[in-house]
Amino acid sequence: RVRFLRGSRRGWRVAGSLLGLMALPAALGQRSSGSSINSSQPQSFAIVSFKWDHVKDPYIITLWILVASLAKIVFHLSHKVTRVVPESALLIVLGLLLGGIVWAADHIASFTLTPTVFFFYLLPPIVLDAGYFMPNRLFFGNLGSILLYAVIGTVWNAATTGLSLYGVYLTGIMGHLNTGLLDFLLFGSLIAAVDPVAVLAVFEEVHVNEVLFIIVFGESLLNDAVTVVLYNVFESFVTIGQDSVTGTECAKGIVSFFVVSLGGTLVGIFFAFLLSLVSRFTKHVRIIEPGFVFIISYLSYLTAEMLSLSAILAITFCGICCQKYVKANISEQSSTTVRYTMKMMASGAETIIFMFLGISAVNPDIWTWNTAFILLTLVFISVYRVIGVVLQTWILNHYRMVQLEIIDQVVMSYGGLRGAVAFALVALLDKDKVHEKNLFVSTTIIVVFFTVIFQGLTIKPLVQWLKVKKTEHREPKLNEKLHGRAFDHILSAIEDISGQIGHNYLRDKWSNFDRKFLSKVLMRRSAQKSRDQILNVFHELNLKDAISYVAEGERRGSLAFIRSPSTDNMVNVDFNTPRPSMVESSVSYLLREKAGPVCLDMQALEQRRKSIRDTEDTVAHHTLQQYLYKPRQEHKHPYSRHEIMHNEDEKQDKEIFHRTMRKRLESFKSTKLGINHSKKLNKIHKRDRGQKRRNSSVIPNGKIPSENPVQDFTLKEKDLEFSESEENNDYETLHLGKGVDFLANVTKQNFTDTPTGIDNPVFSADDDQSIYMKFSPWLSSEDTVVPSQRARVQIPYSPTNFRRLTPFRLSNKSIDSFLLADGPEDRPRSFLPESTHM
Amino acid sequence: MSSANGCPGGCPVPRELTPPSPLSFPPTVTSEQIEHLHRRFKQLSRDQLTIRKENFDSIPDLEFNPIRGKIVHAFFDKRNLRQESDGLADEINFEDFLTIMSYFRPIEMNMDEEQLDRFRKEKLKFLFHMYDSDHDGKITLQEYRNVVEELLSGNPHLEKESARSIADGAMMEAASICGPDQVYEGITFEDFLKMWQGIDIETKMHVRFLNMDTIAHCY
Repeated sequence: RVRFLRGSRRGWRVAGSLLGLMALPAALGQRSSGSSINSSQPQSFAIVSFKWDHVKDPYIITLWILVASLAKIVFHLSHKVTRVVPESALLIVLGLLLGGIVWAADHIASFTLTPTVFFFYLLPPIVLDAGYFMPNRLFFGNLGSILLYAVIGTVWNAATTGLSLYGVYLTGIMGHLNTGLLDFLLFGSLIAAVDPVAVLAVFEEVHVNEVLFIIVFGESLLNDAVTVVLYNVFESFVTIGQDSVTGTECAKGIVSFFVVSLGGTLVGIFFAFLLSLVSRFTKHVRIIEPGFVFIISYLSYLTAEMLSLSAILAITFCGICCQKYVKANISEQSSTTVRYTMKMMASGAETIIFMFLGISAVNPDIWTWNTAFILLTLVFISVYRVIGVVLQTWILNHYRMVQLEIIDQVVMSYGGLRGAVAFALVALLDKDKVHEKNLFVSTTIIVVFFTVIFQGLTIKPLVQWLKVKKTEHREPKLNEKLHGRAFDHILSAIEDISGQIGHNYLRDKWSNFDRKFLSKVLMRRSAQKSRDQILNVFHELNLKDAISYVAEGERRGSLAFIRSPSTDNMVNVDFNTPRPSMVESSVSYLLREKAGPVCLDMQALEQRRKSIRDTEDTVAHHTLQQYLYKPRQEHKHPYSRHEIMHNEDEKQDKEIFHRTMRKRLESFKSTKLGINHSKKLNKIHKRDRGQKRRNSSVIPNGKIPSENPVQDFTLKEKDLEFSESEENNDYETLHLGKGVDFLANVTKQNFTDTPTGIDNPVFSADDDQSIYMKFSPWLSSEDTVVPSQRARVQIPYSPTNFRRLTPFRLSNKSIDSFLLADGPEDRPRSFLPESTHM
Repeated sequence: MSSANGCPGGCPVPRELTPPSPLSFPPTVTSEQIEHLHRRFKQLSRDQLTIRKENFDSIPDLEFNPIRGKIVHAFFDKRNLRQESDGLADEINFEDFLTIMSYFRPIEMNMDEEQLDRFRKEKLKFLFHMYDSDHDGKITLQEYRNVVEELLSGNPHLEKESARSIADGAMMEAASICGPDQVYEGITFEDFLKMWQGIDIETKMHVRFLNMDTIAHCY
């Protein structure tokens, strides 16, 4: 009891200190060490105990993350601020404030951005994100320029900055420093590298054109290898002393550059291969599928680190190389998960990095002010960056087809932001070896702050002022994609014909190689089939149309039909569908299954969820697909679903006819294409049956006495069909059943709908049927389906009529569909002109 | 690729076949480039003065190009060769060969707006002619379908039907770009231009002719 009270009191105190912005660790460290003596005394059982020590570390970490995230929310409350000031700068300022508060409360700088945390936990997600979403084509298209800037540029920056600082030091302006040339070069090498995190953070808000972006960003990613090597080389030189540096040591350094960079790249490629291969076989473990992406790429990072290769290069290339295959292999949901998780982690890490950069700066212990040194560093890195960029661009422009103009060069020079990598590297220095570590640290902090805050603030106005070409966000267009594809082939053909080995030639060879070998190994067979960029765009556009179609429908409040046959009713029945052994098909069985126990098995749950969504998707999607891809919707005459019913002229019938034709063709295709589709069909059809059965409360196997002539007749026949087709899922029975089903549907509808009229054929009738039609393409012969309105109005609804119709239908089906399939040219070409005018 | 190394025997340029005067030819292409192309031409034509369609079969790398036929066809398309003419040539000489190649020359630094526009139109015209196989100034649905089918023929898993529906979709898109006509018969060149609006083809449709050392002389 006492303990509980004390605990709670301490809890209040803790809460208080939390409010005092978490001057936690030191203060609590003392307190809890005191209380641990208390708790060691034997006491009665405590109902509630307060165990701060137990959760301290993760708690603090989580709180920091929370604070950083909340800060982001606050920043974005005001658009005015975020439009002008980059988020990274705001975060640094926030970090400074928080650090100040913590310092005021505590007088111990307990939170700094430690190199371990930075390199092991914060950097990898950002770089992986960059690699995984790298626009590969752009990247490899500009690889030459990127490499030049990354390698030569960084070496140039490091050497000139270091040497110039040393030169100035010799003049004595800086006063006496306990350093030698090597220390300056070491400092130069760590301050030289453009930082990927800072560049990303700033450039993402600026939206410069993609070539410019990829060059600056690619440089910042790839210069890691150079930085690591230079850093390691100079650090070891500093360690062994200036005198023992020989030519062989320098040669070793150069060799180690190639080993580090190429080795890192190879490690990345190896793990990308592994990851792609693994993702090929994750079909049955969909839930952990996204996890592989993160785990294996992180492993590449760690492996490279272990082998002292460039870890950034490893994880970058892992992301770059695996993206194509992984995206093709994993399911759409997993792909979304990966995308969001990656973005979330990267953005979170970035937030934390900048905030902690600010916090780390509040520590009087590290500050050693040397005005000359700091100012000169700032001047030198800016000036040499400009000179380096201009020189390299001058060389590059001799070889580039698309020239980098002066404006681009200005932005590139100005975009040379330094960031957390430099800070982490400088924090790694050993004070015993590098005696002026504190000066270096404070200078680095100033440089980072200056570049991120000042240049980050001014780069946007600069870009606007210079009228730098910006990216325009374009909708993907099918035509564009098609022409683009044609283009690639044309260009590579021209290179072949003219006997050149150029970009296009290499790309063409690579894509051939990829298609013939790599994709075969690394992609699922189904993915190989459907994976084509053009198809993707087509699919994407279709989806978009579908979504807008649904939205439109929901806005009008008439979309009930899309949901009713799919989700609502299927949920209950869905359980038994994955079981092929289901012979028992009585109502009781269904009921039992329906009231089945709560499913705890995750896999089954997922299965169920997925199948629901899948079918929902398919049903809705296929319903919609018929109406999709009609940009005319955005026309001056928006394609209104209500308009059609008003003018019932021939045009409409034709329109419906053409659409139906198309629909059927497509559904035929889909059944022909996808073998596993039949399973789905079957599933749906079973479900559908179950639903029907329940709806009509009819005992299966056709044993019911018929009362309602039409419905019962059809139902009976249907059930008969089903009981026969129970064992074999062959298409014929399936479709036979479906056909009758479909008929039943029509008739039922006719009964119910006719009085009110079919006010909206597209919405009520045609679509409704199309759900079924998708499953029974053969059946829907023209005379019944096509003029769906007419069918309603003209065909007398009597059982005899159907009896007469049905056999005709059955005999008709195969010819019908195959005719269509074989002679698609017969499909009226006129459908386009006809349909586009709407 | 062995053929990339140009003429194996280092065959000399015969006098009667010297390239056309530099004035008639875009200045971006240097005499060295022309020489290189000429060597290549000789190699393809087997030292003849003209190239026929069959000569293109000897290029091994072209074999895998799904739209090989269309591209080779474009070389013999008189619309591409000279103004105001139509039909198909049976054989082309070196000048024609260069004319075709010059469609793929890169953009020049000192072009003004108007030149740029003409430059762009020229390139697009070339593309348009490639699609418009029956020379009627319109890309009809059927023509479009053929192209798409050919394009996608590299993927053995794709059904013809998919290509067809993609072509249909693209055609509808084209129709939507070009406004609601009563009957949309095909993509005219004006529509084609509209479709390409916003895509800077002039920076894309180019090939780096010749080896690096001569590029420096390009401008």
